[in-house]
Amino acid sequence: MGQFGIGQPVRRKEDVRLLTGQGQYTDDINIEGQAWAAFVRSSHANAKILGVDTSAALELPGVVAIFSGKDLEAAGVGVLINEAAYKNRDGSSMHKPPRQVMPTAQTRFVGEVLAIVIAESAELAREAAEAVEFDFESQPAIASTARALDADAPKVWPEFGTNQVVHWEYGDESSVEAKLKAAHTRVKVDLVNNRVAPSPMEPRCVVATYKAADNMLTVYSPTQGGRRLQTMLAKNLLKMPMDKVRIISHDTGGGFGVRSKMYPETVAVAFAAKQLGRPVKWRGDRVETFMSDYHGRDQINHAEMGLDAEGRIVALKLETLLNVGAYLSENGVRLPMEGGGRIIPGVYHVPDFYFSVRPLFTNTVCTDTYRGAGRPEANYITERLMDAAADACKLSREEIRRRNFVTQEQMPYATHLGFVLDSGDFAGTMDMALKAAHWDTFAERRKEAEARGKLRGIGLAVFIEGAGSRPVEGMRVRFEENGDVSVIAGTYSHGQGHATVYSQLVNEFLGVDYDRVKLINGDTANSPAMSNGSFGSRSSMVGGGGINRASKLIIAKGKKIAGHLLQADPEAVAFEAGVFKAGAGTMTIGEVAQASRDPKKLPDGVTPGLDEEVTYENDVENFPNGAHVVEVEVDPETGVLQIVGYVAVDDCGTVLNPFIVHGQVYGGVAQGVGQALTEDVLYDDDGQLLTASYMDYGMPRAKNMAHVEALFNVVPAKTNELGVKGAGEAGATGAPPAIVSALCDALTPYGIRHIDMPLTPEKIWRAIQAARTGKAA
Amino acid sequence: MTIDVTLKVNGVERSAKVEARTLLAELLRDHLKLTGTHVGCDTTQCGCCVVHLDGKAIKSCTILAVQAKGRSVTTIEGLAQPDGTLHPMQEAFREHHGLQCGFCTPGMVMMGADIARRNPGATEELVRHELEGNICRCTGYQGIVEAILSVANPDAVRKDHH
Repeated sequence: MGQFGIGQPVRRKEDVRLLTGQGQYTDDINIEGQAWAAFVRSSHANAKILGVDTSAALELPGVVAIFSGKDLEAAGVGVLINEAAYKNRDGSSMHKPPRQVMPTAQTRFVGEVLAIVIAESAELAREAAEAVEFDFESQPAIASTARALDADAPKVWPEFGTNQVVHWEYGDESSVEAKLKAAHTRVKVDLVNNRVAPSPMEPRCVVATYKAADNMLTVYSPTQGGRRLQTMLAKNLLKMPMDKVRIISHDTGGGFGVRSKMYPETVAVAFAAKQLGRPVKWRGDRVETFMSDYHGRDQINHAEMGLDAEGRIVALKLETLLNVGAYLSENGVRLPMEGGGRIIPGVYHVPDFYFSVRPLFTNTVCTDTYRGAGRPEANYITERLMDAAADACKLSREEIRRRNFVTQEQMPYATHLGFVLDSGDFAGTMDMALKAAHWDTFAERRKEAEARGKLRGIGLAVFIEGAGSRPVEGMRVRFEENGDVSVIAGTYSHGQGHATVYSQLVNEFLGVDYDRVKLINGDTANSPAMSNGSFGSRSSMVGGGGINRASKLIIAKGKKIAGHLLQADPEAVAFEAGVFKAGAGTMTIGEVAQASRDPKKLPDGVTPGLDEEVTYENDVENFPNGAHVVEVEVDPETGVLQIVGYVAVDDCGTVLNPFIVHGQVYGGVAQGVGQALTEDVLYDDDGQLLTASYMDYGMPRAKNMAHVEALFNVVPAKTNELGVKGAGEAGATGAPPAIVSALCDALTPYGIRHIDMPLTPEKIWRAIQAARTGKAA
Repeated sequence: MTIDVTLKVNGVERSAKVEARTLLAELLRDHLKLTGTHVGCDTTQCGCCVVHLDGKAIKSCTILAVQAKGRSVTTIEGLAQPDGTLHPMQEAFREHHGLQCGFCTPGMVMMGADIARRNPGATEELVRHELEGNICRCTGYQGIVEAILSVANPDAVRKDHH
């Protein structure tokens, strides 16, 4: 391990470019002759579309064209797909309504795209969009998750007679119910997992250009890797050959799950560019981004746990309502089962488990993956239950957890939903966090805070994640003429620092100078065929693992070439730190790469070139886990909560670059803090979005955060060659339950044992007032 | 109707024909092709567009281009030395991992330089307060706060890692 190898806190090679204004985000791209797009969006949450009149808009100067859903339908544009196939217990299939890019008969949420207007400038396009007249017949709408199953709730899809997508179940409800009844202690929690807006700082933007002579469509947009979007756009939507659709993302201003999706706006802009034979650009604003980017979370959970006299879990029952929005997004409906389901019931051994999920349609934009994607929700449930169990069993919060952890001796440990935990030291990780946070001396700090009129609380959460989903990824290592080495990745770095970490790996495995390695990604024209992109904390395992496997092939081939040129048996050639050695003879890997280009210098049967492309495959994902301890102070007179201490201990396996992994932890924690304290997407009863700007939606600010002390308890994964466990989503998973636990601890004098997120000053103040006056909040 | 605006940008006199409603951010991005200044919201909340106007940090989405007439603007492109030597605040962001995706970064760096200029010896609490008008979704602010502190008050940077 050299200065730039695995485990070194190498500073990022991406940074100078981004710090000097040289980044290239989609809105920085303008193409000669481009026209501008604006969208006509639905102002109704639920309405019949009776007709559309574009004549006034088309007469405005500078308007080029207007396309609505009927135009796309007439042109044979396909629908947005969903591949989920859940069944009800009786064997019947889930409801799967098709989603048109722009609806032709009914609009189902506020902000839904109804028509695209193309004009000579962005301003003219917006003005013309205002002049497009849709004739609506407004109908009652349902936006509330809690009320979507009420008998009198309006139906988003009347043809189904219900808003329930499916009732999916795992386990034997009657057996679990019997065990809960017989249990020594039975606890229950009712939780709201609040709806949040992922909100990458870069608003959504699309530039599309079409060259008729080549039938070639190029789309620039912020993504998390274009290959899957290319497939959808080519095959399902525009019905073009795959190689005639190219997706390019140079820089992307934050992903968080929502930038991995195909959106109607992308299809409409691409369609317009193709129809008009002219580049088209759409620059979404923040309001549009709030309305049309998919949201995250939005679950209501009822959970019950039974424990024996020693505080050991005997059974768990969990019932989840999930708001999927008006349509089925690509992954939204899967999140409780395949996102959270991977790791539920968390780090604890639960002998018997019943799990029920009812995804529900409402007149809101779709929900889908957002940092953690089902795992934060799942861990929040188990952690709130463990705190309730600690109360009921009269055990400390750490002791109830200690008694129920899955132990290293139990691993490999099969989870209920068919995943296998290979490694993890849950008790050791928790103990590290308790020690670093000075858990044992908390009473002194509470007393000191009391003297200042503040209520101080300490909270704990232990969590587990599942990372590295869809573990198939193409990675190529290419030796350039000038001695540089390029990593051509199917993954796509949009803030994670892959250029740095992949360079470290090439330096580690092949001995190539760190500064001579560069990353090429974000363009489907050159990404490996089997690419998926970056999501689900997968790039360390699939990207790093791919570089490792390609490097092994390169070394094996290099030994043959070096052996031939050094007149040695390839078996006798050693490779170390970038140098092939045979006896006294040596060749650097650069020299071997150079020689490999000349067929005359190669042994029989060896093809020219030293480049290798691999498709990384793994059968399983990995399971990062951790423990967070947070301290808060509450002002009882105002309800304001301030985080005053935060310790995050993560087991993300082998750490490739602690500097970068810490950054992932801090950022994830901030998103968890946001969900816990400030963020809440609100629709009113008519389905109007109330939180559509940063003035209404509580993004966490610097002052909401405290300094996070991040530590590692490294337990390498046994299921991948680098021993890595994805680090990207842990922070967002640990923070919400730790913070709610801390608040409830602070409010112990008032006997308040739960408040739903976000923990706004108003909610906290009302709860305190209600406790003081003996009334319900 | 268009209006001629002449102003100094990164030390160079620049002119453009703009509409009365054109914002300074639009002048910089769309007319002068200085795309380092970003626009992340419509409501003066996010701070991605912060530049220096006559040496002070302002949100360029919240001032009209014509208001900058005859004045001096520094953008992220003009912060480093002509030879490429980074400004101390740019260097601090790199050293303290003050950026991930890079979208809020130009505004954060310009704001950070302004905070450090106005508040030598600043505390962590003050820096966090001063960042009220700048939103970052990636970093959890930790690297940003450390970077600004490292310039304004190096002794206040915590040493619990790296």
